Amino acid sequence: MNFPIISSLILLPTIGAFFLFFTRSSEKNNNTVKYVALFTSFVNFFLSIYLWVLFDQTTSEFQFIEDRVWIENFINYKVGIDGISILFILLTTFITPLCILSINNSIKNRLSEFLIAVLIMESFMIGVFCSLDLVVFYLFFEAGLIPMFLIIGIWGGARRVYSAFKFFLYTLLGSVLMLVAIISIYWITGTTDVVELYKIGIDVKYQNLLWLAFFSSFAVKTPMWPVHTWLPDAHVEAPTAGSVLLAAILLKMAGYGFIRFSLGLFPVASEVFTPLIYALSVIAIIFTSFIALMQEDMKKLIAYSSVAHMGFVTLGIFTLQQQGIEGSIIQMISHGLVAAALFLCVGVVYDRMHSRLINTYGGIVSIIPKYSVLFMLFTLAALGLPGTSGFVGEFLILMAAFKDNFLVAVIASLGVIIGAAYMLWLYKRVVFGKLLNNNLKQMIDLNKSELFILSCLGIPTLFFGFYPDPLINTIEVSISDLIEMYNYKLVSKF
Amino acid sequence: MELSIIALPLVASIISGFFGKFIGDRNSEIVTSLLVTISAIFSVLVFYEVTVNQYEENIIIATWINSGSLNVNWSMKIDALSSVMLVVVTSVSALVHIYSIGYMSHDPHKPRFMAYLSLFTFAMLMLVTSDNFIQLFFGWEGVGLCSYFLIGFWFKKETANAAAIKAFVVNRVGDFGFALGIFLIFYLFGTVNYSEVFELIPSITDKKLVFLGIEVNAINLICILLFVGAMGKSAQILLHTWLPDAMEGPTPVSALIHAATMVTAGVFLVVRCSPIYEYSELALNIITIVGMSTAFFAASVALVQNDIKKIIAYSTCSQLGYMFFAAGVGAYNVAMFHLFTHAFFKALLFLGSGSVIHAFKDEQNINNMGGVWKKLPYTYALMIIGTLALTGFPLLSGFYSKDAIIEFAYLRGNTTGFYAAGIGIFTAFLTSIYSWRLLFKTFHGEYNNKNIKIEETHESPFVMIAPLILLSIGAVFAGYAFKELFIGYEAANNFWKDSIFFLKPLSKDHPPFWFLILTPTLVILSIPIAYYLFVKNKRLPEQIVTINKPLYNFLLNKWYFDELYDVLFVRSSKKFGLFLWKFFDLKIIDGLGPDGISAMIKKFSIKANKFQSGFIYQYAFIMLVGFSALLTFLIVK
Repeated sequence: MNFPIISSLILLPTIGAFFLFFTRSSEKNNNTVKYVALFTSFVNFFLSIYLWVLFDQTTSEFQFIEDRVWIENFINYKVGIDGISILFILLTTFITPLCILSINNSIKNRLSEFLIAVLIMESFMIGVFCSLDLVVFYLFFEAGLIPMFLIIGIWGGARRVYSAFKFFLYTLLGSVLMLVAIISIYWITGTTDVVELYKIGIDVKYQNLLWLAFFSSFAVKTPMWPVHTWLPDAHVEAPTAGSVLLAAILLKMAGYGFIRFSLGLFPVASEVFTPLIYALSVIAIIFTSFIALMQEDMKKLIAYSSVAHMGFVTLGIFTLQQQGIEGSIIQMISHGLVAAALFLCVGVVYDRMHSRLINTYGGIVSIIPKYSVLFMLFTLAALGLPGTSGFVGEFLILMAAFKDNFLVAVIASLGVIIGAAYMLWLYKRVVFGKLLNNNLKQMIDLNKSELFILSCLGIPTLFFGFYPDPLINTIEVSISDLIEMYNYKLVSKF
Repeated sequence: MELSIIALPLVASIISGFFGKFIGDRNSEIVTSLLVTISAIFSVLVFYEVTVNQYEENIIIATWINSGSLNVNWSMKIDALSSVMLVVVTSVSALVHIYSIGYMSHDPHKPRFMAYLSLFTFAMLMLVTSDNFIQLFFGWEGVGLCSYFLIGFWFKKETANAAAIKAFVVNRVGDFGFALGIFLIFYLFGTVNYSEVFELIPSITDKKLVFLGIEVNAINLICILLFVGAMGKSAQILLHTWLPDAMEGPTPVSALIHAATMVTAGVFLVVRCSPIYEYSELALNIITIVGMSTAFFAASVALVQNDIKKIIAYSTCSQLGYMFFAAGVGAYNVAMFHLFTHAFFKALLFLGSGSVIHAFKDEQNINNMGGVWKKLPYTYALMIIGTLALTGFPLLSGFYSKDAIIEFAYLRGNTTGFYAAGIGIFTAFLTSIYSWRLLFKTFHGEYNNKNIKIEETHESPFVMIAPLILLSIGAVFAGYAFKELFIGYEAANNFWKDSIFFLKPLSKDHPPFWFLILTPTLVILSIPIAYYLFVKNKRLPEQIVTINKPLYNFLLNKWYFDELYDVLFVRSSKKFGLFLWKFFDLKIIDGLGPDGISAMIKKFSIKANKFQSGFIYQYAFIMLVGFSALLTFLIVK
């Protein structure tokens, strides 16, 4: 047994959190606390980069597997990665340190507790993306809720309690069904080991119900229409760092789940329910884009746009084509970068003016030019301009959808038009125009750390827009083998 | 050398955009102008190589998207078609860069402006040199983005911002069709490379697709979808509304983007895809009809507008219509020829009008000008050259290209061809009238400006006049000099080769003599007519207006397209959005979902609360009732 690199990735943030647990939180040692958290998450980031270097792109087999008995004959603690997981792990370890860095003065109260929540969440998220046992997956998946619930509920805005409960209720409802499904899988097959289940398959007669149970959990977390209404509320009330984590990482768990479990375990049912997914995705893209057009609160607007973007993701996954699934993963990574950056952009002006309302602003381009440039970059990436990572994902998804179903692709493409309208209109109202609000004149441009964070997000957004090969090469084999397995199982009906 | 044509403008843009503050205004102007000029010189060299030495090349720069069977490269394809575009784009761009040094001299954001111009040039070059549809799309959206930046360059103006967004969103509507066209191509052929796609086209001429129960020919569908994209970018009727509004941007931008280069991208697309369009009679007819409708519509609107730039904008729209119906009748090379000559004289007219606007200190209404031809002699003379070339005055460049379009439409020999030729002639007459109206109202008659005295108007500096002179040389000679090369009898074999595909060779007949002299006669006649109407007897046009008030208003308001779209799309989208949000999300989903459930639970628990009243007699009573009910049940059973 080699060095348990995956477990280290999972555990390291928790260890950091453990240290923080013993530091008393006061204004004085806020900086120390922050450095500890930052250090931990940076180490974790480099560890994950190292993992990416070691990773073998030429095989779809799970790598770096760790398998230990947890409960005899029932649950094994089994983790490992393939091309699909590693990108999400990288996204998680990349976003978390930036997120911690972005907390400057916005959170004064109980900073160390806040950072504990963030670090523990990182642990759980990494766990989600590499667990190879259904029960272990479920535990990480659900446990991720708790830190987020606390972040919204404790450090949130005025209506934080309402939002936190809404968030919790929605997500828990779906999860209960997933737990039932996991238990049933154990009764049916006698194992919860994902690799094993891939091999033996699940009887067709159970698949539909099981698929629906998993779906109910993933749909809420994606979020898909019509169970998306928790997201705008959660984003609006969450502190900036919370919104970033929520948008960049938490929303990706479901997309990952769809690929790993819905497609991998229940191919026959996935085929049956593809029209349902298509319909909900298209509705999400169109409806929420229209809703985003009319928002007055910047965070709500971006939250609704997230729903639309995730609509593309679910659409792409269920096209079951190489381009579609690859597009979905790139779209998720891209959304992770871009939505995180957009929420940070909102956070920047919120820190200065304490307002998220669009009509507070206007004409700030000459006052804070650096901010305006970066905000423009992310606006363009959000509307899928070629040359940004947003384009590659969206275009591949639509291309694949078109192969499968004309009508769906045509309607989904309409979303791209509305997407341009709401993003540019937002930008225009915030940044351009005449400066009417005199208070805005006191705004200061990005400070060094803000500039650093936004550049860190901007560079990969552009880089992968021009050269997405590093991403595509990592996932290529895993996805083509997944599709092959899917089609094989579909034909042989298990 | 080939790659540096594309790279230099990008480098210029980066230097000026990111380091403009450090190197100063003047230096960023010099750097950008210089680099783009070098790029223009290289383009001319490449063009020379292509014409003389039959040079062709397809350079792969790097891979871009490599997903499954989809392989897309960053590439540079050099052939006759792209070399023509290279020359047009880089040379006009270089001149506009130089002109801008003078025109923007009072603006505080010069480096930013120059950076946008160079970035635009880069995107446009990516567009024209692509060897596949997706890089084309990259350039397509890239130029749209730069156009968005430049229209909204004066970001404090509310109208400029609105125009910028309008331009981008309307173009997105076109791009929607374009993207679907690309998807369809990939679906049918599994590739997006021009050469591979074009090779496979003949094999699917009979393929039918079923969409929503309707059976359509695959090639027709591809052609129409791609054409929707072209309509957006080239401001053809229905998707034209953004172009006149785009005049909110600085005038050099209008000359470069909204006259000479970007708006011709649609024409370029159709010509580039001639191997597909040649197999679709239907699509070609649609293009002809759309082209001639636009040509006529825009000319009719231009007749009554009063904003100097809007008149030229509608004129551009109209000339683009000509190019399209040239392509629609299968005369792709003639369309390219008109694109080529148009770039010179339209850029000349725009930059000339910029010089006029500069002289009048940002006045754009031609009713507030007049009588200044002695004060602005160079501008006046150059504008006359531009006008003559635009209207197709014999021996100037527009004469060769525009008349050739009308002739080829006539020679096409089918109904749409005849109609197109007829409308083409009539529109040429209208073009002549509105162009001279503009010229006479601007330079002749009485001086009508109340804000500044005539003595204060002044001729533009040399740095602005010099590019105009160079453009005017193009406007005069480009037609005569390149006629043989572009549209001569053997042009298809000698010059265009594989870059344009003709299923049937173009007709080599001549139209009858009366037909040949009809347009030039009308064009020449229109000069005295316009002079009479707009200088000598100004009462007459006013009387015509009062008699035909409804028609005048219809034209003045641009056929009410903007108002119609506002009601149909803008307002209804907003209403729909509000409905979905306030009613659907908040009332229905939340109302029945989380909020509804929590309210219900609360209600139940309040009810349930009442049972626990704490009075023993109530508990005893309920026990008694329950016990007797149970007993009854057991006895009856």
